[in-house]
Amino acid sequence: MMADSALRHVVLSDGADLDGFRRAVRALASARVSPDAVVFMTGAAPDLFGDSFAADAPPVALPKGVGALIASVVCHRDPERYALLYRLVFRVLNGERALLEVPSDPLVHRLDLMARTIRRDLHKMHAFLRFRRVAGEEGERFVAWFEPDHFILEATAQFFIDRFRSLDWTILTPVGSMRWDRLSLVYGPPAAREDAPAGDRFEEGWRDYYESTFNPARVNPKAMRAEMPKKYWRNMPEAASITALIREAPGRMAGMIDREATMPAKRKPERALEAMWDQEPKTLAALNAVIAAAGPLVPGATQAVPGEGPVGAALAFVGEQPGDQEDLQGRPFVGPAGQLLSRALREAGIDREAAYLTNAVKHFKFEERGKRRIHAKPTAGEVKHYRPFLMKELALVRPRLVVALGATALLALSGKALPVTKVRGPLRLDDYDGYVTVHPSYLLRIPDEAEKRRAYAAFVDDLSRINAMVA
Amino acid sequence: MDVLLSRKLRILADAAKYDASCASSGAPKRKAGRDGLGSTTGAGICHAYTPDGRCVSLLKILLTNYCLYDCAYCVNRRSSNVKRAKFSVEEVVTLTVEFYKRNYIEGLFLSSGIIKTPDHTMEEMLRVAKSLRQEHQFRGYIHLKTIPEASPWLIEQAGLWADRLSINLELPTADSLAALAPEKSGPSIRGAMAQMHERIVEAKEEKRRFSPAGQSTQVIVGADATTDADVLRTSASLYGAYKLKRVYYSAFSPIPDSSAILPLKPPPMQRENRLYQADWLLRYYGFGVEEIASGGEEGMLDLAVDPKLAWALKNRGQFPVDVNTGSREMLLRVPGLGARAVDRIVSARRHTNLRLADVARLTSSLKRARAFLTATDHHPRAQLDAAALRERLVEKPQQLSLFG
Ligand code: SF4
Repeated sequence: MMADSALRHVVLSDGADLDGFRRAVRALASARVSPDAVVFMTGAAPDLFGDSFAADAPPVALPKGVGALIASVVCHRDPERYALLYRLVFRVLNGERALLEVPSDPLVHRLDLMARTIRRDLHKMHAFLRFRRVAGEEGERFVAWFEPDHFILEATAQFFIDRFRSLDWTILTPVGSMRWDRLSLVYGPPAAREDAPAGDRFEEGWRDYYESTFNPARVNPKAMRAEMPKKYWRNMPEAASITALIREAPGRMAGMIDREATMPAKRKPERALEAMWDQEPKTLAALNAVIAAAGPLVPGATQAVPGEGPVGAALAFVGEQPGDQEDLQGRPFVGPAGQLLSRALREAGIDREAAYLTNAVKHFKFEERGKRRIHAKPTAGEVKHYRPFLMKELALVRPRLVVALGATALLALSGKALPVTKVRGPLRLDDYDGYVTVHPSYLLRIPDEAEKRRAYAAFVDDLSRINAMVA
Repeated sequence: MDVLLSRKLRILADAAKYDASCASSGAPKRKAGRDGLGSTTGAGICHAYTPDGRCVSLLKILLTNYCLYDCAYCVNRRSSNVKRAKFSVEEVVTLTVEFYKRNYIEGLFLSSGIIKTPDHTMEEMLRVAKSLRQEHQFRGYIHLKTIPEASPWLIEQAGLWADRLSINLELPTADSLAALAPEKSGPSIRGAMAQMHERIVEAKEEKRRFSPAGQSTQVIVGADATTDADVLRTSASLYGAYKLKRVYYSAFSPIPDSSAILPLKPPPMQRENRLYQADWLLRYYGFGVEEIASGGEEGMLDLAVDPKLAWALKNRGQFPVDVNTGSREMLLRVPGLGARAVDRIVSARRHTNLRLADVARLTSSLKRARAFLTATDHHPRAQLDAAALRERLVEKPQQLSLFG
């Protein structure tokens, strides 16, 4: 190995040679070579000019920000980029570990500016690249021609894959190309503009859009050029409209200002306006159709389960959400808890057919365990999502007393999370006289038989009181 | 593209362009699945700029510009004589998907005139969003304009498909609203904003999707007599009550076929610009509305200098601020220092003593800042006292718009 004071020549490939630079840094840093003793070159054949490095130089541990800065700045066209980066690495490794935290340092400042240039170049490629469609035997392909300022082709690949994963696309540039075939990415040689298709059937429509979204009252070409410099225009189909839009803007504006306000051609459309304000669903059937069309908030349910019972019912019972059986049959309270409720209602002397029964949440939410669908409790947000339906439903039924069965119903009716045990009994619920009790499924879950009987009796007691309240 | 579709696109893009927002930011990062289309990067991308200097990010269109409402400031009001058109749901979906595939746009910003009923209109808009998300696995950005008079359950559904929801307040006071937009009502607008806000917060807590990029609104400036201070008070209350992501200000601009009850002369474009700057100070620089207003006269912002400089000129006693020891809060109040520059100053000064040349590398507006700060080798006492300071820092009158 040469003495450390001798001048080293490092030869890297054209473009953004991150791997080559990394290898060089490892070797140079482990030999503590001063930045003043290294010359970086690109493109020439390494064995003619370059030093060869031991492949086994240990990796150097650099702060995270430095690695990211290197990955970005190697894309820059500036021939000095590698020398500047090595200078940074050398200082970081020799006593200035926090160098990047000093953005006022001239070297850091310059590298920051270079990184910012690269970020902008990347951003502009993401933004201004335009695909053109090619119809082929295996479906459509999309091809774009773009001229980035720096060596960023590879650095943009992930963006386009993430966005257009299901499309077959090719990006051509003067310094290289890449093709994604929906499964893998292949880099190819530099290309020419003629290699890309000359047009696309949606470009005219896009230009229509671009022209129409422009507001001639606010013309400000300087602001446009600051963000979209002229160099990009030749590869953007919409840019062909720019000159005419600017030229015609003053005339269009003057036209608008000079023109007197016109008389409205139409009279006030009284009937249409009246109908407009009369949009609320008028019947339960109409409301239920809206609910059914809305679809489940959490995917999985077979169907929406509407309420059941006559309009004008004195009593409305509100449960939590449909269960497995309810979901399949599309009717509320037909599963085990519903059967228990029916029995309790009978014992309390309430005619189930004369009452209105519904749920706070209109769709079954569950977790799958093997073949079984296990009920999953709706979150507060989910309950509130359905609340407007429930309130509208009650407004149509107009019950004299609303019974909240369990905590979820209580939350839906009152808008607040309250403990059932504390407020059990009569309670004003929103605009209704209400009554709070447990949900029958709670009774089914009590393991101790004696306890279960006691709880059931208390539930029937509640129902009897409820019955008395509307008698 | 089909001629008829082109014609509709022209009409319905033209009708939508008075909405200032085109932002595609704030959505959680998403990628296309194997059969899906689209991604969001968090920051948003401007795919083009029109000669008015504005960003084209989303396909911003109306579903229809037929409208039963009669908002005086709007080209689409029922009494205006503009050409009308209506897209079908499928047409909007096709345009969005095909434009997106060619990398013209980040997604869709869909708004609409009110046809039949608010509910009917909102349902149609939801069909577009639902079809994009479900049938086309579309992962790009969707911004839906909510109709506050629509039934609450439709607002509940809109948030499931959209990245951002918005309702335009349009006019900052109830009186102006009653006079210029008779079918709209302040309480229903605020009610819908509150509902969306509640749902956005809950969904975030429950890790569900509901308008993940939040909600925004727009206020028209110059169509009524509201002062800048009142506009900013309204914004501050909206930011506070509903945690809006943005309030957009739109200088009332002449429209084709304008209504006779509107002022003929547009406000200076600079006014809109100053409001945006002031809004920025509210949100990121720790200023209060009254402080900002105090920089101007009689509730109007100074058009000649930006609101931060205006405040500093009236509060010279609080300057200069030492870049090496000053608090972050005070550095943020130095004209010419942005939040990023302040972060960099605070970081750098832990390691070194900052001289003026160092500060020059940390901000691009040293010219404005230098009179208001001291550095190791810089003490501008005399400059700060000079009455000519304002003169020196006033921006040269610049033609912002041919008609500004
Ligand atoms: S509701 Fe008012 S602002 Fe909206 S399109 Fe109709 S007239 Fe215009």
